[in-house]
Amino acid sequence: MKSCLVVDDSKVIRKVARRILEELSFDIKEAVDGQDALDNCIADMPDVVLLDWNMPIMNGLDFLKALRRTDGGDNPVVVFCTTENDMAHISAAISAGADEYIMKPFDREIIESKFSQVGLL
Amino acid sequence: MRPEDFDLISGILKTRSGLILSPEKVYLLESRLTPIARAKGLETLDDLINEIRLHRKEALLSEITEAMTTNESFFFRDNTPFDLFKDKVLPELIKRNAQTKKIKIWCAAASTGQEPYSIAMIVKEMGAKLEGWDIEIFGTDLSNKVLEKAKVGLYSQFEVQRGMPIKYLMKHFAQVGEMWQISEELKGMVKFKPMNLLDNYMGFHNYDVVFCRNVLIYFEPDMKTKVLEKVRKAMKPDGTLFLGAAETVLGITDKFKPVTGSRGMYHTTDVSDALSSSLRTG
Repeated sequence: MKSCLVVDDSKVIRKVARRILEELSFDIKEAVDGQDALDNCIADMPDVVLLDWNMPIMNGLDFLKALRRTDGGDNPVVVFCTTENDMAHISAAISAGADEYIMKPFDREIIESKFSQVGLL
Repeated sequence: MRPEDFDLISGILKTRSGLILSPEKVYLLESRLTPIARAKGLETLDDLINEIRLHRKEALLSEITEAMTTNESFFFRDNTPFDLFKDKVLPELIKRNAQTKKIKIWCAAASTGQEPYSIAMIVKEMGAKLEGWDIEIFGTDLSNKVLEKAKVGLYSQFEVQRGMPIKYLMKHFAQVGEMWQISEELKGMVKFKPMNLLDNYMGFHNYDVVFCRNVLIYFEPDMKTKVLEKVRKAMKPDGTLFLGAAETVLGITDKFKPVTGSRGMYHTTDVSDALSSSLRTG
């Protein structure tokens, strides 16, 4: 079973994402901001990170840059999932090493199709 | 809905589009036709049906047919046919058509354009390999309304996310307010025209590849046979056909043969034996 770290400061979003991803047979862990996510990854690297952008303490982009510099941090597939929906944000995320990008609001179909695009399903 | 009303509407749909509406789909009639009734200042679906009985206006009949036959479409729907097109069909055509440098592709149920534009993106990805080639991508659909949307190429945030990799969005789309519009370059690669698959196929010749996905499921067996045999005549003798995941040629026609190991893909029968034996030896 593949592990997925869901990073979002909204409890509601984490719950929705967890429900969708558990149905797709992922083992879910949660983090509430970028720093929490980084600590999680250092302790136990997940296969996938579903990543919000705007969060307190450390945002998603800073987390991604830090993750890719970490030992073994190249491995996880990182999928952004954010309300930031303009080309400048999308380009910045992909240049920083994101594998896919979901613009909120999302539904099960979008998560499923994006995850299958990057070979996770 | 009264049975005679259901028969009236389903009869109209069958003659005009081949669509078979079974009685358990009556909810679909109600959900799709009630808005048309309202837009015409009529109170209920019954009033709309009375109007049809009284006047049988061509414009109304065609509006009803469009409303009932329009289906949701995604970019790269089901992935597999597009992977097969990219990895098997296109490389083979580049070899086979090296002399003419021409490839003809027909999307016979193009709907709002996602399928032909997905094909255009794949062609674009081939880059230098297709430099100087003439690639025709032709999209037809029964409904003129969906084709108008296809031509404009404006899609919602939901539509561009279902099935399409973000890298294609970055490369081929521009943000227009809340929507995303496909680039002029890709629009220039695809032509659209309304066409009913039950009518004649005048002007349709020599297609290398035909995508005819998720439309045969609505037809009765004898209509499926007729449509597939006409499609076959519009193709090259060594053509490739893609059908939807729930569709097949088996028991429908012997003009096409499934390609082993390639779900949804069919070769015209004239060459399928030669091709499969060359695959075995190759």
